[in-house]
Amino acid sequence: MAPPGRSPFGRRLRVLAFMAPWIVGFTAFFAYPLLATGYFSFTSYDLLGEPAWVGLRNYAYLFAGDPVVRIAAANTVWLVVVLTVLRVVFALGVASVIARLRRGVGLVRTLCYLPALAPPVAATLAFVFLFNPGTGPVNGFLRVLGVDGPLWFNDPAWAKPALTLLTLWGCGELMIILLAALLDVPAELHEAAALDGAGAWRRFRHITIPSIAPVLLFGVVNSVIFSLQYFTQAVVAGAVASGQAEVVGSSKVLGFPDNSTLTFPAWLYQQGFHYYNMGYASAMAVLLFAFSLGFTIWLIRRMRIGVEEAA
Amino acid sequence: MNRHRTLHWIAVHSLGLALGAMFLLPLVFVLLTAFMSDEQALTAELWPRDWRWENFAEVFVRAPMLSYLGNSLLYSGLATAFMLVSSVPVAYALSKLRWRGRNAAFLLVIAAMMLPPQVTAVPLYILWARFELTGSLWPLIIPHLFGDAFSIFLLRQFFLTIPRSYVDAAKVDGCGELGAMLRVVVPMARPGIAAAAMFCFLYTWNDFFGPLLYTGENESSWPLSVGLASFRGMHHVEWNLTMAATVLVMLPVVVLFLVAQRAFVRGITFTGVKG
Repeated sequence: MAPPGRSPFGRRLRVLAFMAPWIVGFTAFFAYPLLATGYFSFTSYDLLGEPAWVGLRNYAYLFAGDPVVRIAAANTVWLVVVLTVLRVVFALGVASVIARLRRGVGLVRTLCYLPALAPPVAATLAFVFLFNPGTGPVNGFLRVLGVDGPLWFNDPAWAKPALTLLTLWGCGELMIILLAALLDVPAELHEAAALDGAGAWRRFRHITIPSIAPVLLFGVVNSVIFSLQYFTQAVVAGAVASGQAEVVGSSKVLGFPDNSTLTFPAWLYQQGFHYYNMGYASAMAVLLFAFSLGFTIWLIRRMRIGVEEAA
Repeated sequence: MNRHRTLHWIAVHSLGLALGAMFLLPLVFVLLTAFMSDEQALTAELWPRDWRWENFAEVFVRAPMLSYLGNSLLYSGLATAFMLVSSVPVAYALSKLRWRGRNAAFLLVIAAMMLPPQVTAVPLYILWARFELTGSLWPLIIPHLFGDAFSIFLLRQFFLTIPRSYVDAAKVDGCGELGAMLRVVVPMARPGIAAAAMFCFLYTWNDFFGPLLYTGENESSWPLSVGLASFRGMHHVEWNLTMAATVLVMLPVVVLFLVAQRAFVRGITFTGVKG
């Protein structure tokens, strides 16, 4: 007879014991709320009464009625596209420079990474101050160059670009991941290609990019997920730039100026937790989930994360 | 050729230095402004006329910073401790135990990691309201007792680098799975565990959406992130004090990083490359 730990049943039990926290957590904080969100999205629910079934009415309002959600969705799509492209390209650019350094790699890497650590609220406050139209150092510097700087966080056309700069400033984490990947590219490949007469660009295009493709893909998906849930920086920047002494997240300052920083998650938050339209907020959450899920499945298909065990 | 090389060296290193300076400059401006008077902060001057160290003390008078700090430490400290207790065994099961469904379970961990927190916010808020825990940070702390997806992911990646033979040897010597985990894998994965702990601490320290959602209407439970976002002067934004508060909130994170830089870099690298 096998000792208890070695029998198939004992082994199952042991796996179960190790996995127990996750099984509980996954059920309570992932599976249950996902199903509940789906259910609530078909109801009208204000947290006080009972949820009342309304069929597809929330979805009808989401896709055809709510004039604000379109602005919010457009802002989020803008951020997903612009932030993803610029963040990956910029981080790759910075990483490429650092990868070529012979001296001071540690110092430059630390300096470039440091802003990524700054708490988002603190970083946002710093940027609203730096880009303050009248008195901030950025426009002061532009004035020295003879350029009239824009109103940045106070101008609907410039608020999102200003947020983009804030995001690029904090791209350090992605930069470090890409740097590690770049340093892993075998130097012999480059040397061989150089001997064959390939120029710097062609070597970058045909050796570097294919070698780091999985990491690049990770960066893209990571940036998309990051942009889909973009909330803190937009909400804080709007509130502070408006100059009103309002509690952050309140309706008057949300999306300032002119809803230009109103993101999809911010509007979801507003609908759910200020207007207590839990049903409608749930419908918005379902839409957000569908988007995220699409990208997650795409990621797993393309990367096959960890399916083959690293020996 | 040699001269060409030297020029290239100079160009690349100047570019590197310029990049480093560009990333650092905003932090320098913030720090300098924190020492200015309110009036000077609204001028184009960059260097403080007189170094007003008292600005940092004034921040504590204007807002209950100590209460914010206490709440942040409670949230980040407990969440990190809970995460370690719950996520290490899960990561061990996902990397060192062999069982059917392991890959499927790991894919679910990744799915949970990718999920924007706003998707599940409504039912979870209602759930915690039923337990009468809204208004506190407990709805954000308690889930860490049941495994944190990103931490599990990171820990698993680290555990995979520890050769199975060490675990097998421990079992030959009479260790059970729990013993093998605690006496072999955990000590060998110490840098990885340190990295996971730091990321968890950092994530919760920086978290704004969660605390705003659950404690937005109860200032006595605000952590630093929410407190800082609401930090305002009476009539206008007092930038010197706001920047002083900003520095105070950034400081612990920067110190933590400078102390444990290597573990940080290694942890970040692991999230992307070994995926």
